[in-house]
Amino acid sequence: MRKILAVWAAKAAATASRMLGKNGSSTPGTIALKICPDILTRLSGDISKDIVAVWGTNGKTTTNNMILTVLENQGSTVVCNKVGSNMLSGVVAAFINYATLSGKVKADYACLEMDEAYARIILKYITPTKIVITNLFRDQMDRYGEIDTTIKYIQEALGKAEDSLLVLNGDDPLTASLGLEHKNTVYYGISENLGLNLNETREGRYCRVCGNELKYEFYQYGQLGKYRCDKCGFKRPVPQYDGSNITSDDYVSFDVKGAHVDLPCKGIYNIYNALAAYAFADSCGIETKKIVDGLQKYKGQSGRMEEFTIKGKLVVFNLAKNPASFNRSISNVLAEKRTKDVVIGINDNDPDGNDVSWLWDVDFEQLKDSSVKSCTTTGIRAKDMTVRLKYCDIPEKEITTLENTKQAIMNAVNGSGERVYIVVNYTLLFSTKKVLQELEEEYKEGDA
Amino acid sequence: MKLRIAHLYPDLLNLYGDIGNITTITKRCTWRGIEIETDQIYGNEPIHFTDYDLVFLGGGSDREQLLVRDKLIKMKNEITSYVDNGGVLVAVCGGYQLLGSYYKLKDETIEGLEILNIQTEIGEGRLIGDVVIENEQFGTIVGFENHGGRTFINDHTPLGKVVHGYGNNGKDGAEGVIYKNVIATYLHGSLLPKNPVLCDHIIKLMLEQRGASTELAPLDDTAELTAHKYIVDRFTKK
Repeated sequence: MRKILAVWAAKAAATASRMLGKNGSSTPGTIALKICPDILTRLSGDISKDIVAVWGTNGKTTTNNMILTVLENQGSTVVCNKVGSNMLSGVVAAFINYATLSGKVKADYACLEMDEAYARIILKYITPTKIVITNLFRDQMDRYGEIDTTIKYIQEALGKAEDSLLVLNGDDPLTASLGLEHKNTVYYGISENLGLNLNETREGRYCRVCGNELKYEFYQYGQLGKYRCDKCGFKRPVPQYDGSNITSDDYVSFDVKGAHVDLPCKGIYNIYNALAAYAFADSCGIETKKIVDGLQKYKGQSGRMEEFTIKGKLVVFNLAKNPASFNRSISNVLAEKRTKDVVIGINDNDPDGNDVSWLWDVDFEQLKDSSVKSCTTTGIRAKDMTVRLKYCDIPEKEITTLENTKQAIMNAVNGSGERVYIVVNYTLLFSTKKVLQELEEEYKEGDA
Repeated sequence: MKLRIAHLYPDLLNLYGDIGNITTITKRCTWRGIEIETDQIYGNEPIHFTDYDLVFLGGGSDREQLLVRDKLIKMKNEITSYVDNGGVLVAVCGGYQLLGSYYKLKDETIEGLEILNIQTEIGEGRLIGDVVIENEQFGTIVGFENHGGRTFINDHTPLGKVVHGYGNNGKDGAEGVIYKNVIATYLHGSLLPKNPVLCDHIIKLMLEQRGASTELAPLDDTAELTAHKYIVDRFTKK
């Protein structure tokens, strides 16, 4: 009875929240947990096939949504926390959303992205049959202290899931090392050298087993690459799912296990995300043809290279949240040879991380490129970003500080470049997207 | 004349944008026509401290800090005499803790370089957040702190008095240490970009040690001071 009451109350709260036009999607979960603390155990018991958890600092949402697309494409019903609500209340809210008023969840699968620090709490109530870990980059360190702490949290969570299949990114030494202590593990990776050559922070250059410096044959990006430890013998595992024949001229494509996948999105990192989703789906016994078909139907999420048109100009919008994803985003901006005006938005709310010192770890120097006509900084920490750009030797007359996102976007749209690129961090995602949609609408009418 | 910075073990000690401090010093010299270069020090080679005008030690995780301690302890005499002779040393966070007598963790104690008579012990929870401190000479200094260790500085002069945040230990209102030409602090964020006055002071110390003129050509610091003022106003004005 308590379970049903919790479901009802939470559903009512979800409806009220939607009517208020809020994106916040964990409030119903919070309410349900108050009424019935073990609601998650009760609701998840009805999942007939697999429960997959997706962890990792970057690419979690994308990977989770790719898995969702593959599963739904082959006709399964899936519980999924789609919008990035990845703490306990968000996971509960996802189940509430699928629950009938009698408190039953009729679904084949649950795919759940989880915050690394909260996974150990979520796993008290639910045991995933499979766990995908995408990577462990430097991220939101002021919340976790250090990456070592994140790993401790993950190990604690893994201790509650000893029989689960781990799907790990073998190219990341920090992620791969988690497989050493686990009996049931598969790895994915890219064995060919992509030759990206970026100047950036590398987090896991030291062997987590013995502390010795790892030797790299090559780096893909971040600390991903082909590594080995000469002291203890820890080395990049041979991936069962090995991406090859990679192309990234515009959209990316790759081969894996004899299948060819054309992804409808840009960015090398999406190959890793797709490999993770592929490895998961294959381990569930899903037919290769259906996996490939599903991945090729994947639609990018909010703020992942989304395109808008304002005043006849193409505006490309991207989310980045830490040095690794900022470096990726900026490389994407510069891969476009046309001239452009760039907007960078930095907030320092809790989900962003309150500490913005990582701005100095990002290779913003790349923006000195002659194709970049101007830079506009926005968000709560716009002023910090302006200082950062000044110290890249970008002339100050080419930098404008406008905390107001709409003004910042218009400043770039009115610039001399042929395109506009916008990169923002997490809590600017929804507000910026809303402004972009409004501006697109406004100028559509204006043209008529 | 060319100034030289030794950035110690950036592969181990580069948490929290420490590189921003090097970038800031370098640019503020270059913009004034002062030549400067940085050697990034890796591996286990001995360091010739006297070749440098500034030694920079950043922050790292406890594990990385221990690795750095093992390298530096072998050069304890050299680094001590560098400091005694007025060598400029900037140490942030983990680097700061290493300059003391010890850093006591839950189950082990990391012996330090004993350049400063300070002691650090791990406490419950981390001290995290924006910081504003006040120094008589430099005015306000802003930054961000994130440390588990509590540092007690005995008779040393602090870098500043805490106006907002925790500082050395969250108890005595002191932040960092300033001793001879050593500036040690928990502040990152990075420290120097938003504190141009402190950065220029460090450049002057370097020039002074070289016996060169410490007159610095003025720069337009509007962007830096605007970002600085934003932090001061946000955290100290009610």
